[in-house]
This record gives sequence, structure tokens and C-alpha cells, in this order.
Amino acid sequence: MKMDDDAPVIYGLEFQARALTAQTAETDAIRFLVGTQSLKFDNQIHIIDFDDENNMINKSVLLHDAGEIWHISGSPADKAVLTTCYSKTSENRVLTCAAVWRMPPEWESGSHESPDDSSNNPQTLELLCHLDNTAHGSVACVLWEPLGDGKRVISLAENHVLLWDLQESSTKATISSTATLEGKGQLKFTAGKWSPHHNSTQLVTANDTAIRGWDLRSMSQIYCIENAHGQLVRDLDFNPNKQYYLASCGDDCKVKFWDVRHINEPVKCLEEHSHWVWSVRYNHSHDQLLLTGSSDSRVILSNMVSISSEPFGHLVDDDDLSDNEENQQEDKGKEPLQDSIIATYEEHEDSVYAVEWSAADPWLFASLSYDGRLVINRVPRALKYRILL
Amino acid sequence: MSSATTPPDSDPTGRRRVHSMLKLYYGLNEEGTAAEQAESLDPCDINGPHFDPEVYLNKLRKDCSLCELMDHESCMVKQIRSLDSDMQTLVYENYNKFISATDTIRKMKNDFKKMEDEMDCLSANMAAITEFSARISGTLQDQHAQITKLSGVHTLLRKLQFLFELPARLNKCLELQAYAQAVSAHRRARCVLQQYSHMPSFRGIQDDCHVIMEQLAQQLRQKFRDGGSSAKDLSECVELLLQLDEPAEELCDKFLSHAQSRLEADLQGLEAELKDSAFTDTGGGSVQKTSPGSNPISPSSSSVINPFLSPTAGTDILEFIDRGCNEFVSSLCLVIASYQELFINRPQEGELASKNIPEMANGKLHVFVDTLAARYFSLVERRIQEEKGVGDNSLLVRALDRFHRRLQAITKLLPGSAVPSHGTEIVVRAARERIKQYLSALQTFYHDSLTDVRQALAAPRLAVGGASASGGGVTSKDATPSLPELLTSLSNFILNQLKSVLASVHLFTAKDITFSNKPYFKGEFCSQGVREGLVVSFIKFICQSSRQYCESAGDRGGSTPPALLLLLSRLCLDYETSTISYILTLTDEQFLVQHHTPVTPVTALCAEAREAAQKLLNHYVKVQGLIISQMLRKSVETRDWVNTIEPRNVRAVMKRVVEDTTSIDVQVGLLYEEGVRKAHSSDSSKRTFSVYSSSRQQIRYAPSYTPSAPMDTNLLSNIHKLFSERIDIFSPVEFNKVSVLTGIIKISLKTFLECVRIRTFGRYGLQQIQVDCHYLQMYLWRFVSDENLVHFLLDEIVGSAAHRCLDPSPMEQSVIEVICERG
Repeated sequence: MKMDDDAPVIYGLEFQARALTAQTAETDAIRFLVGTQSLKFDNQIHIIDFDDENNMINKSVLLHDAGEIWHISGSPADKAVLTTCYSKTSENRVLTCAAVWRMPPEWESGSHESPDDSSNNPQTLELLCHLDNTAHGSVACVLWEPLGDGKRVISLAENHVLLWDLQESSTKATISSTATLEGKGQLKFTAGKWSPHHNSTQLVTANDTAIRGWDLRSMSQIYCIENAHGQLVRDLDFNPNKQYYLASCGDDCKVKFWDVRHINEPVKCLEEHSHWVWSVRYNHSHDQLLLTGSSDSRVILSNMVSISSEPFGHLVDDDDLSDNEENQQEDKGKEPLQDSIIATYEEHEDSVYAVEWSAADPWLFASLSYDGRLVINRVPRALKYRILL
Repeated sequence: MSSATTPPDSDPTGRRRVHSMLKLYYGLNEEGTAAEQAESLDPCDINGPHFDPEVYLNKLRKDCSLCELMDHESCMVKQIRSLDSDMQTLVYENYNKFISATDTIRKMKNDFKKMEDEMDCLSANMAAITEFSARISGTLQDQHAQITKLSGVHTLLRKLQFLFELPARLNKCLELQAYAQAVSAHRRARCVLQQYSHMPSFRGIQDDCHVIMEQLAQQLRQKFRDGGSSAKDLSECVELLLQLDEPAEELCDKFLSHAQSRLEADLQGLEAELKDSAFTDTGGGSVQKTSPGSNPISPSSSSVINPFLSPTAGTDILEFIDRGCNEFVSSLCLVIASYQELFINRPQEGELASKNIPEMANGKLHVFVDTLAARYFSLVERRIQEEKGVGDNSLLVRALDRFHRRLQAITKLLPGSAVPSHGTEIVVRAARERIKQYLSALQTFYHDSLTDVRQALAAPRLAVGGASASGGGVTSKDATPSLPELLTSLSNFILNQLKSVLASVHLFTAKDITFSNKPYFKGEFCSQGVREGLVVSFIKFICQSSRQYCESAGDRGGSTPPALLLLLSRLCLDYETSTISYILTLTDEQFLVQHHTPVTPVTALCAEAREAAQKLLNHYVKVQGLIISQMLRKSVETRDWVNTIEPRNVRAVMKRVVEDTTSIDVQVGLLYEEGVRKAHSSDSSKRTFSVYSSSRQQIRYAPSYTPSAPMDTNLLSNIHKLFSERIDIFSPVEFNKVSVLTGIIKISLKTFLECVRIRTFGRYGLQQIQVDCHYLQMYLWRFVSDENLVHFLLDEIVGSAAHRCLDPSPMEQSVIEVICERG
């Protein structure tokens, strides 16, 4: 292993960007997708491959000429399929639309030979279908069914929840059911998350300062945390291992953890950022690791042991260990694990709007700031070993 | 005589022997000659005892010449002659003495002869007397024996008569109530009766006596039970009963149970009173609000029972304790005293002494006193607990003092008893409780004051004489008080309240209070109780409650007015700088606190206060920033920036922002100092504006409008950021106006930036943003510590808007200026 293994790897995009996702279906390569935002030039999707061995980045660029990308999301079943939310200007009207795309099959072969050329001659995404939303207004985000077969997506458009069925190899999208949030004023969803628990029958959405849970079978609200944050709620994420636990972040600079069975008070509250927190992500495997990105240009990695599924550290099967006593002693020394900030990453110089864990390597994550800087970081090795051992 | 007359020359050895024999005869010891003898072992020494004439002669013959021998002989003859004449002189001198001695001896011989005859005569007479005497006693022998026997019978008969008369006598005694006589009589007869009880007649007597004595005991017991009789009677009674073999234990028990019933009555009286007052005493608890000026908790108003201050309609605690002391404690003391008199302090005689009554009695007494005292104490404690109104402390202190003082009597009476120490514990507990009550009263007071301040703040500025809103806390004659006035009055109120509480608590340690010299009141009460438990806790409470304002508000509707946050922050800061050390010094001086146990140091408290102040100010900045942010956010989010019309004037919201900022500036300026500005360009906004507009803006935005090189924008922007410091938006602020304002403006402009970034702008939209930013630029720079900060953020906003613009054609700088000038 190299000495500077923990050092961040930085990649700069030419355009401003806010959309970042890990390629969900890809479990071998460490791969992130970044969508750019430019009103004047053709927008792109950068496919960032991280070579863990050599600590290097290989990129490929696909053209996304439909408009600037606000949100991007990869299919959990087919790694070539993805959705974007993009804004389209027509007749002096800006509308954010959503569409399902397929990456051209050749992008991989084309990119590796001459990375420099790729920008010159980028390939175009193949449109599979629009998630037609003219009736419902701008789309905030598109969510794939977690762990699903890539045939169901939800789009959040203004105050509507739209559940889509993708048919005929995702070339046709039909609305299977909808729900609408009614209330005073102009209600608008800002973020949402499809729960991986309960057989993927639950959805959580954020609008203004409230967090709402939905049952997708009946398309009805099941709980509502009013004033979950002092100001706008920006992002949500489910604990991948504890079905009732949920993290949220918002403009009050706080990250809050909720047990949706007891919504009166958050289980825990973090206030480490000095400006709005735009993104919060649980590590997929080790749910004590939590990543947050904020417009104070910082990314913070926290270790929330006390509310994780492993509050006493990694549960080691004692049977597997021949030398029990030693291990027990170690365990005792390890036991009082406390919630702590592991690291604050300051590589960004502009607001960080997105952070993502890699789908392939649980110890690796990427963060994207508005100025187009993508930073790939690792969980500090000391912590990694402490969690593993 | 003969030897003495022997001529000396004939036999010197013989003469010497005679000499020594004489000496022996007269008891002269030989010591004087011992040395001489040792010296003259030589047989040739003519004067030595071992002188041997043969050897001497031989020696002379051998050694000396004839001539010498002759000389020696003549010398010796001369010596012998002189010795001879000496001897003769001595004999003559003593001759007369010998003669008279011989005469005397002869005379004595004659006298003794005469005496011997008389003695013979005497002995003959004595023999005759002896004979006569023997004859007489022989004749009288028989009669004497008879008389002795008769006299024995007489005594026995008298005893028997006594026995036979005993029942009657006892009865008589009983009638006459001469119990003592009866008992002593009975005691005398008891053994005999016991011994001869197998004989029917004696048995009868014994039974009779028994019955009578039983009766007597009954009467005694009755008398004892009545108790009304004098102490002396009672003691006699007990004495007699004890002599009557009445078990002492039972007596003690009886005595005590009798006393107990009386004491119980006292206790029940007290309890009844307690119940009465429990009904009436309900509304204690909080410090009365009174108009400022008159001290609400004045220790001077000691004996005056102010009905307003002491909510007990029934008896106050002093009366209660008084009653307890006078009734219960004094009767308890009486009981103890008389009991001791009866059972413990009596000289014990006879078989009673062996029963070890005092020890048993003492044990019983202790148990008795302890149980009753425990009940009394529980009552007193209940009463003390009811004493919740913190108005007049002196009453309680005096009550406790009295309580404690009266218990000292028990100490004197009953030296080993735990009762007084229990009493002291109660006092200590009461004092502790009192401190707690004062603390909570102070806390309530603090909350009330804050509520008043809140109301005063909420009252519209225009209201004249609206002082009614401010109740007891804040008053001002003609107008709603300004922030500094509110601050000083609040701080003064708290301080005065604290001082008066200290004064009240100080009563506990006054010199004339009996318990004030107990170790607890000298040490722990002062340091742990007053200093830590009261003063330090209160200061900590202020800090903590202040912090709570930061936590609860903002998130969940609990809206604290920002002005209150500001005021509290200043209050905490003042505490940090001066008030805390003042209060603690005052406390230490008043209570002469000797820190045996570790106490919270002033610095720690100050740090806490400072932390609270910082938190409050940060929160103030956050809240105010949020208010302005919300205006800006709404203004950006609700507008259709693509289809907007050409800007003709500054949007109203921007004016509102400037107005609000100005009023915040005024508000903060009332409580906080100005602070330092960086690179103050004291000129007009014009100049800074020109720098901002011409040089910087042109360079910054020019490339972004030309669609040739998209990289340049980022590059330039990044280079710019490289050289400017990272801006922490919600960062802690310093305790001055400029820093506070900088914080608020930072928050507002950052919000503006982030909102702009998620919108898309048309041509005129961008221009409107340009106008708005220029307007903000004109007015906001003056509030902040570093105007470059405002420039940078506004640049960033306009830059982002330009980026997000579909048709980025900026407005002419001159036009912008005109629009902004116009207002």
C-alpha cells in the first residue's frame, strides 16, 4: 500500500455541477456519474472511474444535450440505465423534466484509450423514455426502487408523487399511481427517498420544513414530522440496516436522526456545519458512517455509533475466534465507542451539493461542489480497521 | 583490783589482758585498737598485743651490743617506773568512788528485804480472795442460767407478739397512710414469716400480711398512677413499691406510659395545629413581587408578621415551635427530671442496689425519649416543610433557634441522648431546604423578570405609560424603557434580590443563634450551602437558562424575541466581566467562607457565563440573519426571473433588508460597543462602489459573458477564492456591534447567493439582480468589519446570476447607479 493512500483524489469538471450518483448496479468498479449544469453549452454526464490500485481517475464523457442536469440516478438493476432531471427552457418557461436514458454500449471501450479525446468527440446518451410530467410541473428528483429490478421509479414533481412502471426494456413509462400533497400555499417537494425496508413500500419526502412518510400501496401519508428542521429540509436518507431510522439535513445547518415511530423528537442532532447541509448519506454497509455535504464547502464524515445497528462495534462471533480472552479484552477497550466527527474534508472551495458513497467499495466516497470539483476520499484507515476488526 | 595492783613490770601481758577484760566489762568496743593491733603484729613491738618477751629479748641480745643493751635496760626500767606511778595515781583517785558505791549497794540490799516481805503478804491475801470468789460463783451458777433462758424467751415472745400484731398494725398504718412504717414493719417480719410459713398460725399471719400489703401496694400504685401528688410523694411511693418487691421495670414502664399519655396529648395538639395550617397554608412559594424600591425580602422586618408575606393564616412557625417547646419539650424535660429523680439518681441500698435499676431505667428512659422526640421531630419537620414562603426568613431562623435552644435542656438532663443531635440535624436539614427554596425562588424571580422584560419588549414603542405591562420588574414613568434601561434594571433587580436573599440566609449564621456555632453552620453551610448551593447554582442557572433560549427557539416555534437574546447576552457578558466576581466576593466576605472543600472557582463561572453570552449572541445573529434571509429567499423563489420586466427601480424587499439591518444596527449599538473595522474606507458608498463596479466586476464577469472559454470563469473564480479566506457563514461572532452585523449580513447574503443559484434568469432578471446588489452594496458596507466581504459575496451573487442567465447581457453601470440613486 502506498503511503498517501488516504490522500484525496481531485477531479475537475469544466462546468458547474450539482448532480452526482454512484452507479448503483456496478459492484466491481468504483464508478460515479456526474451531471453538469450549463445554460450555454451542451451538458455532459461524466463517468468517473476510480482505479483503487493506482489511485487514478479514468473519465468518460457522454453528451446530455437535453438540458442542464439537476438530479441524476442510476438504475439498481441495469448499470447502463440511468435517470436525469434536467431543465428545459421553452417559450421563456423553464421546466424541469425527467427522462430515462441508456448509456451507449461503447463508451467504456472508447474512453480508456485516449481520455483526452473523449471530450472532443463525446458520445450521446440514448433516450429510453420521458417521464412525462407536463401536467404535474417541475420534477425535483427521480427515485429508483431500491434493490428492485429496475422497473419502477418514483418522480417527485412539485407537490405530486408519481409512481411509474417502466415497460418494454424501459422504453415506455406509465404512471401506475399518484399521490398529491394538499395544503395551504405552494407546496413543493424538495427531496425524497425510497425506503429499502418494508418490501420497498415506503417513501419519505421533504417539503419545506416537514418530512412525510408515504405508503406506496395505498399512496397515502403515514406520518408527518412537522418542523423537522428549523428551515428547509434539503435531503434525506434511510439507515440501510435499521428500518425505522432516518437522517435528514437542512438549511438550519443541522443533521437530524429520526426514529419514525417517535417523531416528536429527533433521536440525535448534529450541528457541525456552518451553513446549509445539502446532502446526507448513510454508508451502505456500516451505518454508523455518515457523510454530509454543505454549502460551507465542507464534507464531514461522522461516526454515529450510538444510533447505528452496531452500537457496540462490530459484532464478532466469538465461536470463530480461537483466542477468546484476548479478543474480549480488546472488546472491552473498544466498547465505549462514542459518536464523533471522524474527519472534515476541506478540499472544496465552493458549496458542496452532493456526496455519495461508492456502490462498490464501502470505504470510498465522492463529493461534488458547484464549481465542478469532484473529490474522492476514503474513510481513514485506522477507523476502517477498528470497524472491521 | 588485784590485777590492777600488779606491778607492771612483772607481767605486761597479764596486765594487758586485764585491760582488755575491763574494756569488755564496760562494753567498750575494740574498734579503737583494731588499727593498733594490725600495726603491731610484730612480736617485738613492746606495745603490740602479740608482744613476745622471749623473742624480744633474743632479738635484743642478738642485735645490740652490750652497751646498747644496758641503755635499753635502763630506759625500760625508767618507763616501767613512770607507768607504775601513773597506775598508783589512778587507783588513789578512784578509791573514794568505790567506797561509796559499796555503801549504796549495801543499803539497797536492806530495802529489798523489806519489800519481799510485803509481797508475800499480798499474795496470801489474793489467794484468799480467789477462793471466796470461786465459792460465790459456784453457788450462783443455777440461777444465772435460768435468767438467761428467761430473757431469751422474753425476746422471742416480743417478736411473736410483733408478728401477731403485725396485721393489725399494718392495717392501722394503712388507715393512717403511714406507708413507710408499714413497709418497714413488714420487711422486718417477712423473713420470719417466710421461714415458719409451714406452721398454720404463722401461715395465717403471713397470708393476712400478704393481703394487707397487697392492698397497700395497690394503694401505692394508685397513688403513683395518679401522679398528681408531689414529686417527693411520688418518689417515696416508688421507693416503697420497690421495697415491696414490685419489679422496677414495671414501675418504669408504668411511669413512662403515664407520662407518655400526657406528652401524646401535647403532640396531638401540635399535630392538630399542623393540620389546620395545612389547610390554610397553600399559596406560599414564590417571591412576592413588590414595587421596586422597597426591598421585598428585607431581613429587618423581623418580628412584624406581615400577612402578605407569611401566608399561614393560622399560626406561624415561631408560634408553633413556641408551643412545641413550651408544652412538649418542657413537659418532656420535667418527666425526664422526675424520672431520673425516682429511678436513677437515688442512693441505692440493700438488695435493691444489686438489681442494677439505674441502668435498666436509663435504657428505658432513652428509648422513651427517643420515640417521643422522633414523633415531635417529625411534626416539626412537617411544619418546617410547610414553610415555603421565602418572605421572612428571620421567623424561621428564630423558630429554629428556639427549637434548638430548648433541646439543649435535654442534653443537660440526658447527657448521652441522641435527641439534641437529631434536633441539630433537623436544623441543618431545614437550612439546606431553605437554601434550596431560596434558589428556586431566585429562579422563579429570574423567570418572572425575564417575562416582564419580554412584555416590555413586546409592548409597542409608541405606547406611552405602558409601564403597566412591566408589572413589578421594569417600570419607567413615561415610555417603554429602552434596551439599556431594561438591562440595567434587570441586572439590578437580580442583584438586589440575590443580596437580600444572602442577607436572609445570613441570619442562620448570626452570633446570637445557638446553632450558628455548630460545625455545619460554620463550614459546610457557608461554603457548600450558600456559596455553591445558592450563589453558584443561581449563576449557573442563569447561564443554563440562557443557553436554553438558544436551543429551543428557532427550531420549534418557541420564538424568543431577538432583542431578549441580545439583552441576555449582554447580561451574561456583564456577569463574566464583573458581576460574578462581585457576587462571590460579597458572599465570601459575608459568610467568611473557609474553603475546606473544593469550590467552583470564579474563573470557571466566568467561563460559563462567557460561553452563554457567546451562545446567545451567536443565536441572536442566527435569528436575525434568518429573518432577513427569509425575506431574501422568498423574494428570489417566488419570482419568475425569466419573464421579468426591465428593472426600473430597486425591489422593495432590498429596501426592507437595508431598513432592518439598520434597525438591528441601532439595537445592537445600544448594548454593544462599536468594534473594529478592517481597512475602513470612510468615504461614501460611491467610492467603494466604483471600485466594485468598474475594476473588479469587469474583470470578473467579462469572460463569462463571452461563450468562448468556459474554463476561464472557473479558473478566475477559483483564483479569486484561492486568495480570499474561506468565509464561515454561521461562525461565532465577537462581542461588538460590527462583528454581530457582519455575521447577520454574511448569513443573509449567503442565502441570497444560494437561492440565486437554483434559479434561472432571463436578461432582465439578471439586471434586476445587478440593481439589487448594487443597492445592497451602497448601504451594507458600512455595517461590516471588512467591506471586502460584502463585495465578495455580492460579486458572487451577481456572478452566479450571470451564470444562471439565459441571455446574459448586463446592465450599464451608469443606469444601475441612476436607478439606485433614485431609490
